[in-house]
Amino acid sequence: MTTIAPAAGRRLRLVVLGGTSGIAEATARLYAAEGAEILLVGRQEDRLAAIAADLKVRGAARAEVAIADLAAPGDAAVALAGFAGTLGGIDHILVAYGILGDQAEAARDPAAAERILAVNFTSASAWCLAAANLLEAQGQGSLVVLGSVAGDRGRRQNFVYGAAKAGLAALVEGIAHRFAAKGPRAVLVKPGPTITPMTEGMQRKGFTWAKPEDVAAVVRRAADKGGPVVYAPWFWRYIMLIIRFLPAPIFNRLDI
Amino acid sequence: MTRFTETADHLSWGRTLRLQHRVARPVFRQDVPATLAEGLSTLPTLLATGLRRSYGDSILNPAGGIVDMAGVDRMIAFDPETRILKADAGLSFDALLKAMVPRGLFPPVSPGTRFVTLGGAVANDVHGKNHHGAGTIGRWIRRLGLLRSDGVEHELTPGDPDGLFAATIGGLGLTGIITWVEIELMPISGALMDVETIPFDDLDGFFRLSAESEASHDYTVAWIDCLATGDKTGRGIFSRARHATGGELSAGKGGGPTFPVELPSIALNRFSIRAFNAIYDWNGRRTAGRAMQHYQPFFYPLDAIGQWNRMYGHPGMYQYQSVVPPAAARDATAAMLAAIAAAGEGSFLAVIKTFGDRPSPGLLSFPRLGTTLALDFPNRGGSTMALLARLDAIVREAGGRLYPAKDGRMPRDMFRAGYPDWERFAAHVDPRFSSLFWTRVGS
Ligand SMILES: NC(=O)c1ccc[n+]([C@@H]2O[C@H](COP(=O)([O-])OP(=O)(O)OC[C@H]3O[C@@H](n4cnc5c(N)ncnc54)[C@H](OP(=O)(O)O)[C@@H]3O)[C@@H](O)[C@H]2O)c1
Repeated sequence: MTTIAPAAGRRLRLVVLGGTSGIAEATARLYAAEGAEILLVGRQEDRLAAIAADLKVRGAARAEVAIADLAAPGDAAVALAGFAGTLGGIDHILVAYGILGDQAEAARDPAAAERILAVNFTSASAWCLAAANLLEAQGQGSLVVLGSVAGDRGRRQNFVYGAAKAGLAALVEGIAHRFAAKGPRAVLVKPGPTITPMTEGMQRKGFTWAKPEDVAAVVRRAADKGGPVVYAPWFWRYIMLIIRFLPAPIFNRLDI
Repeated sequence: MTRFTETADHLSWGRTLRLQHRVARPVFRQDVPATLAEGLSTLPTLLATGLRRSYGDSILNPAGGIVDMAGVDRMIAFDPETRILKADAGLSFDALLKAMVPRGLFPPVSPGTRFVTLGGAVANDVHGKNHHGAGTIGRWIRRLGLLRSDGVEHELTPGDPDGLFAATIGGLGLTGIITWVEIELMPISGALMDVETIPFDDLDGFFRLSAESEASHDYTVAWIDCLATGDKTGRGIFSRARHATGGELSAGKGGGPTFPVELPSIALNRFSIRAFNAIYDWNGRRTAGRAMQHYQPFFYPLDAIGQWNRMYGHPGMYQYQSVVPPAAARDATAAMLAAIAAAGEGSFLAVIKTFGDRPSPGLLSFPRLGTTLALDFPNRGGSTMALLARLDAIVREAGGRLYPAKDGRMPRDMFRAGYPDWERFAAHVDPRFSSLFWTRVGS
């Protein structure tokens, strides 16, 4: 993989899909400290504006906001071109939005299951495919997508969400394969449980819970170098390796 | 909507009390009014907290709820002309420093850790090693937002006629939720400190150095060996510093290693504490002289090890920070050191500093003209309590008082004697806000 950096003296231009996400905000703060130009896309204008104002004081050369329901991309290519127009180009695209959903509800109500799949997989795929074309056309840039360790093996607790993230993983790996030796990068980052609004209300004890800053550091690095699938924090690669290879009779007895 | 979640993890820095709490964690300033309303609909009282560096029960509220403001941590606006930063109350000094040091700006007052929030700094009217020149942080707060239980958000300024500003500065979060703060920052021209380290042999040596350094140095502080006896009594290491001019404006590295587990309480015993103090003294004498040091290790030496409080094991620790007026300072300090040595209950780090005469703006602000001594003790139950009671007697006799942010046990009458404005303060306490500390000493 080649390391992609903007031409000397040029500031990085970052587009965040899901600007209010806890992990995305922590990541954007790292970009801001580097003096990047940032466009935050999301639904809640006042919150996006609060984040943008903060990013500017933290050092971002620019922090702009665009309002969109990302689950309904419409023509994602046109929308992305619009974002690129705002920043005068794109170097990095971070796809961060997502919903955990309610597994029990998804089991009862097909519409609820469909919603989880539509937000986390169908719409995210549309954005990723459009981003891949844009990056390939310009011959440089990074697409970084947030998957989840939940996509590595279906578990009764959240397998509709996990299935969507698994599908997204295959898609992003495919884009990375397509990019191989071409210039642009595509990376899927798989965080473990992270302390953000998504997991509010869960019992969050123990070493397996990461802070958004920890995951953000991995995401930021992944945009520049490393393989097409990155775990955050790193130890999840090994935990998930074990979990994936557990024989079903053992796995079935585990309450995880 | 932000939920209140039951947790056993809401501990203060001293870790002596482990109580169940209901905690809500709003992320945006916009969420705070709804969080407040939701909390008050089911809970008798609330209390906002920050990064929980207070040692005792002033940040606990087991009978009510906690609004953890550490996630509400954005800078809102910065004006380079006036050097005024407006930020959410949950912004940490760590984040402030990272953003502002490269611009050549520094907090006008820095507490001993950068992992405190602006709101927490205001609620405890924190001081630093430059108290003799700058006073407390409250003197640098230009405006703040305060959300009360009636749902009204007040914008308070230092001139505020009804006294709510003066009650909120150092008010331990009891007047409502501090939502945002405007603070005036101080210009610096480099990130380095010009530090001079001077050993002293006794308390008189400390007071002499302190008096002579106040006019010449912005920052002064000393460490004192509270286990030394005989002709070594009162020995210590004095440190005085200024911001160096020129050089790089680097904000410095992030955190270092974190203390992973609670040590077994046997690890900190009178021998290890004595050894630590002896090594500290030896090292201070060995490295005495003038040196350039990055601001991080100078201001925040303990931040190099995350969660160092776990060193004290499961029973936790007590801090004891007093201030006594100048006339009594020499004798009261000597008496406290004698009491500690006699009890054999060593303090790991004893820090001594003279406060200047800049008035503190808060009704419940701790700093006043005099000498402050900060001690920490592993919690050994009865024997620790007995020693602290002996120290209480010395502080009261000297007309001094204790720092609520550090306290977890001061008697009610000692609080009231030490803070003569406490009744004026109590009139401003929001009826739906409380803490374990306040139920103990105030109500
Ligand atoms: N937290 C974890 O434990 C964890 C673990 C593994 C993977 N992940 C993944 O990491 C990513 C970021 O999660 P997070 O933890 O940062 O969660 P978060 O703070 O809850 O953020 C999720 C974000 O997605 C946005 N979003 C959802 N639906 C949207 C839509 N239709 N249009 C626009 N924005 C929408 C939300 O925006 P609004 O503000 O508009 O609601 C919210 O900002 C997600 O893809 C998540 O699946 C998280």
